[in-house]
Amino acid sequence: MCLGIPAQLVEIVDPAAKIAKADVAGVRRDVSIALCPEASPGDWVLIHVGFALARIDEEQARETLALLEQIGPEYEQELAELRAGTP
Amino acid sequence: MPALSNPLLEPLSDSALLEVDGSRLAFTTDSYVVKPLFFPGGSIGDLAVNGTVNDLAVAGARPIALSAGFVIEEGFPIDDLRRIVFDMARAAEAAGVPVATGDTKVVERGKADGVYVTTAGLGVVPAGLELGPERVRPGDRVLLSGTLGDHGMAVLLARGDLKLESELRSDTASVHELAGALAALGSGLRWMRDPTRGGLATALNELARESGTTVVLEEETLPVRPEVAGACEILGIDPLYVANEGKLVAVVSADTADAALAALRGNLLGADAAIVGEVRADPAGLVLLATALGGSRIVDMLVGDPLPRIC
Amino acid sequence: MRFVSEYRRPDLARNVLREIEALVEPGCPVRIMEVCGGHTHTIYRHGLQQVVPPQVEFLHGPGCPVCVIPMGRVDDAIWLAEQPDVVLTTFGDMLRVPGKRGSLLEAKARGADVRMVYSPLDALELARREPDRTVVFFAIGFETTAPATAVTLLHARDEGIENLCVFCNHVTIGPPLRAILDTPGTLVEAFVAPGHVSTVIGTRPFDFIARRYGTPVVVTAFEPVDILHATAMILRQLRDGRCEVENQYTRVVRRDGNLRALDALAETMELRETFEWRGLGWIGESALRIRPELAAWDAEARFDLPARHEDDFKACRCGEVLVGAIKPVDCKVFGTACTPERPLGACMVSSEGACAAAYQYARPVSLTTA
Repeated sequence: MCLGIPAQLVEIVDPAAKIAKADVAGVRRDVSIALCPEASPGDWVLIHVGFALARIDEEQARETLALLEQIGPEYEQELAELRAGTP
Repeated sequence: MPALSNPLLEPLSDSALLEVDGSRLAFTTDSYVVKPLFFPGGSIGDLAVNGTVNDLAVAGARPIALSAGFVIEEGFPIDDLRRIVFDMARAAEAAGVPVATGDTKVVERGKADGVYVTTAGLGVVPAGLELGPERVRPGDRVLLSGTLGDHGMAVLLARGDLKLESELRSDTASVHELAGALAALGSGLRWMRDPTRGGLATALNELARESGTTVVLEEETLPVRPEVAGACEILGIDPLYVANEGKLVAVVSADTADAALAALRGNLLGADAAIVGEVRADPAGLVLLATALGGSRIVDMLVGDPLPRIC
Repeated sequence: MRFVSEYRRPDLARNVLREIEALVEPGCPVRIMEVCGGHTHTIYRHGLQQVVPPQVEFLHGPGCPVCVIPMGRVDDAIWLAEQPDVVLTTFGDMLRVPGKRGSLLEAKARGADVRMVYSPLDALELARREPDRTVVFFAIGFETTAPATAVTLLHARDEGIENLCVFCNHVTIGPPLRAILDTPGTLVEAFVAPGHVSTVIGTRPFDFIARRYGTPVVVTAFEPVDILHATAMILRQLRDGRCEVENQYTRVVRRDGNLRALDALAETMELRETFEWRGLGWIGESALRIRPELAAWDAEARFDLPARHEDDFKACRCGEVLVGAIKPVDCKVFGTACTPERPLGACMVSSEGACAAAYQYARPVSLTTA
């Protein structure tokens, strides 16, 4: 349901069986990349019950953080002014 | 167990205190049934000595002797037994306490899971040292000697069922020097405990109930190694409930908190020591956590062992 | 921890909270329901209900796939564990859930071979290593977890491993959401939708909530700042008079989900006509079973399960809690006859259940005297 954790793929352990080693803060486990076969060592993926379910989009993550850093009433005000200014 | 009820057992703390000819003796016993017997950082032998020494130490006692009883399964490899005994001897030497007496019994194959060890310990509590939940006051501070959850997670991963690899090691160690450093503070030291099974949360819940106070922990101050945090995140376990075998939690008066912290940090085992919370008057009997985001939640008594979850 | 710790930063939380405060209106309560044990857990663990303005109320819906398994199905799992040469494997979450005959942990203490696994692939590995035993995997979880079971089944089929079978109790998120929205007098004004289920199914399956029921939805990640961010997005929708499915979890969730995972599900499982949800009753097309072609790996086909229906206790009001109609504290037996140690109903059985979480992390002081 929920407990998915971001992990970095360290190496492909068994290409035929689609097993890779994933690392979370130094703790490692073999996971299946059968559902995410395009993932390669160095990529960050979401792990749930021993499977990589999706690749983490680092660009999107950065954008989300940038948004969260700016968000607030001043940001709302800026957005409102921007909208009011466009023809 | 009502049949055994007597005033010495009543406080139900880790050690019993006995008055003998004007001296106070601390007397404690524990049985060790850990699986696996050998794990990164130690073995059942280390736990058997350090665990009992620590129960004496947190009672304020200077450990003077241990006894060790072994129940061994027939066919248990003699080399493994030698390793365990060696570990015990080494741990006893580090703690400066002799294993004065012992016993061995062999049982048939299939009983005893390899080996069970029981140790008992005797120590002397210096005159004038008074420790206990009744000494704890609102305004007191809570100190922790180091990182949380190292032992429990190391052992859980060592069992192999979850197939997680890590460099995690048990923190099994004798905390008698740390306890001694705090005892030197005098009446500013109120209470000590080694947060073993059930973790820090269990030790503090027992304190809160016995002292009728509230213990409030500050989330941001809790020391946790990144690997322990990572393993706990993967498995959905809360480090507050995971066993520690080389740590001590203490309550000290507010004005001795800084000195206490310095005393702990002055020892190698206390390098990561931190002030992690404080005692308040109410709601009585509860442990609360002030979250990093400014909210709060109850840190309840645990039901059973912490189990990994997927949800 | 990368991609986790950043979304727990107190400074970002403060930013979003200021945004939320600017968006709420005095005297206008907003009731936001989440339907995922992970969201329930985050909200309680970080104390989010206390930091948001009083107008914002988090409701906890039927998001715990452990809690909604009826007692009769747990009893079936225990029965399986007691069969000769069977090893019953499951996730840690299920071990303490009580059926009418106690829990799997208790069955293990009585001698049944019950083992905890982290992944269904571990059950498959066990089957490979112990060819003389029949390994049964007690599969639970929403669409997040079902693909893992699906891939495991495909591996077993392709390798010819016959001593593995699955007792399938996977459930789907759509039907209970519909059930909540169809409940007369429901107070839910918006949904924080489960981010990890969406990793598999995408965001499209939630479109009906916005279109047919006029209720905003934000598909959300699991850290506290994410949930606060989703709250701000919902408040903005309500203020603007918009009603959409938005994606807060853009770093992981794609609109179409994971097609490989959906294919694996289609190849191995199909929807049951109906399934009993503890606390909610029978809900149509809300659960999965193994396809007939794979009957050799289906525990329900290989074994003649007792399949008894067990009624919940009369005092139980879980059904009302699960749809957000009442709060745990409104239930007479909350914290008294019904506690995590002795749960009477679905909402108390696992730590993500609405009542278990409320009891453990935030129960009223009157219930705390031991």
